[in-house]
Amino acid sequence: MSKNNLLVSLENAGIYKSPKWLIRGVSLEVKSGQIVTLIGPNGSGKTTTAKMVLNILEPDEGSLKRYTNKIAYVPQKINIDWTMPLRVVDFMRLTNNLSNNEIIESLNQTGVEKLFKEQIHGLSGGEFQRVLLARAIAKKPELLVLDEPVQGVDFNGEIDLYNIIKNISANLNCGILLVSHDLHFVMSATDHVICLNGHICCSGKPSSVIKDKAYIELFGEHRSKTLTYYQHDHDHTHSSDGSVSS
Amino acid sequence: MLDDFFTRALVAGIGIAIITGPLGCLVIWRRLSYFGDTLAHSALLGVTLAYAFSLNIAFSVFVISAVIALLLLHLQKRTRLAGDSLLGLLAHSTLAIGLVLMGFLSSIRFDIMGLLFGDILAVTLQDIALVWIGGFIILGILYFIWKSLFSATVNYDLASAEGMQPNIYNMIFTLLLAGVIALSIKMIGTLLITGLLIIPAAASRNITNNPKQMVFVAILIGILSVTIGLFTSLELNTSSGPSIIVIALILFIISLIPLQLKGKLQK
Repeated sequence: MSKNNLLVSLENAGIYKSPKWLIRGVSLEVKSGQIVTLIGPNGSGKTTTAKMVLNILEPDEGSLKRYTNKIAYVPQKINIDWTMPLRVVDFMRLTNNLSNNEIIESLNQTGVEKLFKEQIHGLSGGEFQRVLLARAIAKKPELLVLDEPVQGVDFNGEIDLYNIIKNISANLNCGILLVSHDLHFVMSATDHVICLNGHICCSGKPSSVIKDKAYIELFGEHRSKTLTYYQHDHDHTHSSDGSVSS
Repeated sequence: MLDDFFTRALVAGIGIAIITGPLGCLVIWRRLSYFGDTLAHSALLGVTLAYAFSLNIAFSVFVISAVIALLLLHLQKRTRLAGDSLLGLLAHSTLAIGLVLMGFLSSIRFDIMGLLFGDILAVTLQDIALVWIGGFIILGILYFIWKSLFSATVNYDLASAEGMQPNIYNMIFTLLLAGVIALSIKMIGTLLITGLLIIPAAASRNITNNPKQMVFVAILIGILSVTIGLFTSLELNTSSGPSIIVIALILFIISLIPLQLKGKLQK
């Protein structure tokens, strides 16, 4: 691996889509073991930036440098047409060859190993999100890009998934680029926050970003004050299907 | 055995069904039905040019289909017309150009019905060789690029992000589609080839639950359609191409029954 375990860097990158720049002047780095989060309102260019990092979109200005090819991606939206019969197990093998055991192990990590043979079309939004995450983990990537990975997941599930993401970064020592509007998690586990609104408004450690004027302007003062990582004690735990286990 | 015209038709038809099975599934998954149709329409232009310059028909059709496919990809990036409008534009203008050119070649007698609906009973040994060797090559390439192509079919961004290079494989797929049309134009005809691509694959979807299964069952249904269709046309003295498609349709209707039953059980 190259200097400082650098996995990917964007330098002053931007995407132009007639008649305006979707995003401009973005510079960022992701290193192994680091979680970098992009936050910002709708249409602020979070997904576009993620797609530049993934080389799905080529920057119209600036440049992308990548030092790894072991990349996994959890896109924001996937529509799988009914005309394609697809089981969870087929989906898990989409871009790499995995044994059944490897697949079950990954599904187990996100709590959906029971869905192994299920049709993708029959899954709920939250279940599908867990399968997407499991598929990405199974690749054992060096760089993991997650675009709103907890959408459609209920509140407890959300915390559950964010804990899993934290563990992935620790266990696999991979770099994670996370697109999120979820400020709770951003504050609790992220190493570096980048706040976007067509350009980088502010960036830095979560604790310093929330005090930044640009950030407060974008998200409102009341929200920045009430930011605490949601934590509560349970005398029981829920499994992914909602049943209570002790 | 192959000197019998009926056996020859059967061997060629089964060869085509084996190729259209997997490609038909991909056409359905990628919502490319009209794209296949457009290529098939442009094939008429290919046939005309083949006669005009005395080229091999399959070769000429392949080249024209490939050019049309690449033109479409180019136009999609350059104009604001929706995909289906572009397809209509290309399909009917190439069809018209083909027919106009035919008028200039008045010295040659064209069998228009044969071009539109194919004449599988006139298949020669050479045609059979072309279908089986060509088919072998097409399926061989498809086998090698399957993983990349399939992942790009499920989700372009995901395939692209994870290094599957969907652009290249989408292009290869388009060329394979042009190849199938070139191989089958003489036997099935421009108007019916899309039917043989889509109907067996659609029927297969109704009774399968994973992609590989769908591909194999589509091949089986295609073979059944060709076989039963040809025997029916012999028995009832109906035209062979349309008979094959009618049988495929009947098999499609039968394939709906398990879905209906499942629906009733759930109620």
